[in-house]
Amino acid sequence: MQHTSTQDTLVGLFVASGVVGLLFLAMQVSNLSSFVEEDTYTITARFENSGGLKIKSPVSAAGVKIGKVSSISLDPKTYESVVQMSIYSKYDTLPEDTTASIYTAGLLGEQYVNLDPGGSDEYLKMGGKIEITQSAIILEKAIGQFLFKSAEEKK
Amino acid sequence: MIRFLQHLGKNTRTSFTKLGRGTFFLLQAISGVPSVLPRPRLLLNQMYSVGVLSFLIITISGLFVGMVLGLQGFYTLSDFGAEESLGVMVAASLVRELGPVVSALLFAGRAGSALTAEIGLMKATEQLSGMEMMAVDPIKRIITPRFLAGLISMPLLAALFSAVGIIGGQIVGSGLLGVDEGAYWSQMQAGIDFHDDIINGVIKSIVFGFVASWIALFEGYDAIPTSEGVSRATTRTVVNSAFSILGLDFILTTLMFGDH
Repeated sequence: MQHTSTQDTLVGLFVASGVVGLLFLAMQVSNLSSFVEEDTYTITARFENSGGLKIKSPVSAAGVKIGKVSSISLDPKTYESVVQMSIYSKYDTLPEDTTASIYTAGLLGEQYVNLDPGGSDEYLKMGGKIEITQSAIILEKAIGQFLFKSAEEKK
Repeated sequence: MIRFLQHLGKNTRTSFTKLGRGTFFLLQAISGVPSVLPRPRLLLNQMYSVGVLSFLIITISGLFVGMVLGLQGFYTLSDFGAEESLGVMVAASLVRELGPVVSALLFAGRAGSALTAEIGLMKATEQLSGMEMMAVDPIKRIITPRFLAGLISMPLLAALFSAVGIIGGQIVGSGLLGVDEGAYWSQMQAGIDFHDDIINGVIKSIVFGFVASWIALFEGYDAIPTSEGVSRATTRTVVNSAFSILGLDFILTTLMFGDH
């Protein structure tokens, strides 16, 4: 009987350590909290060019992540990029005249939406629209313009 | 020429009959599940020999694989000044690929070959026929508990492998090479998605566990009941499991991560 009970203990230990491994992967490695859907509200911004922005790209204000991009589509009439963002409900005091710009984290990092709060007393609500936007900086375009300019100056 | 065709035809026929027998065997083993569940003792004994005894080789290999990933990743990433991304690199390669695949290969070598040899010998010493004489169904009594044990142990072992590997990468990365510990974990948490990466890795390891235990048990059950036959069956188990695991891994990866 002694033998089977030690065997039981070992099997139990094995299963427990496997489950702990899975939990470790879920909590520590993948940050499960981003998997549990928080309450969000949606706002929309139109950009001339949304560059390398992707669905799930972070939305931040003053460097703090306050939501993520939920969809990106092309407006068939104005040819603008329509970016929908889900903002966590606890950050529900974004002024109506907030501006949105697309920045790059680091020189080659991923792109994200940065919101600069304005001074209005009215707050953005579910389905609200951000009017003032600044497009992504396309590196190739900027380099092209720079080269063109320096060539002009040499003439 | 005729000889060659004859040979080819014979080979095709035997491999198809083997596939058919294998599928039938699998269905029988699965149909035995309801009769095993009320007797957890059978399953527990097999969990011990399949899971617990593979524990050490899996954790030690995981630790070393993670440490090597940390080392190699650091050298490559530091060329681009991106040492901070070491955490994502180690975690993504372990959780998506190396965890399920390497632990399944080790599992096939450690537990699969033992299962084949055990069942092959049971057949050679006519224990299986003896059971049938006593009106005990050898499939339900012998095969199904082992199959279930493999199916349950594999995802646990793969998760352990990945977890230990990530810690190993951290030991080398931030302990020896000086990557910031906070950056290691935070970049990892930002880059690894629970659903896309971890759940898909677990699905992979369940599929591998299924295939590896199926092949091991079937090769044992189908072995020619001589010592030579059993040794050949054991070899076939390891070779076929490795092929199936690597091939399936390619297919699963295309299906899971193809749309990125």
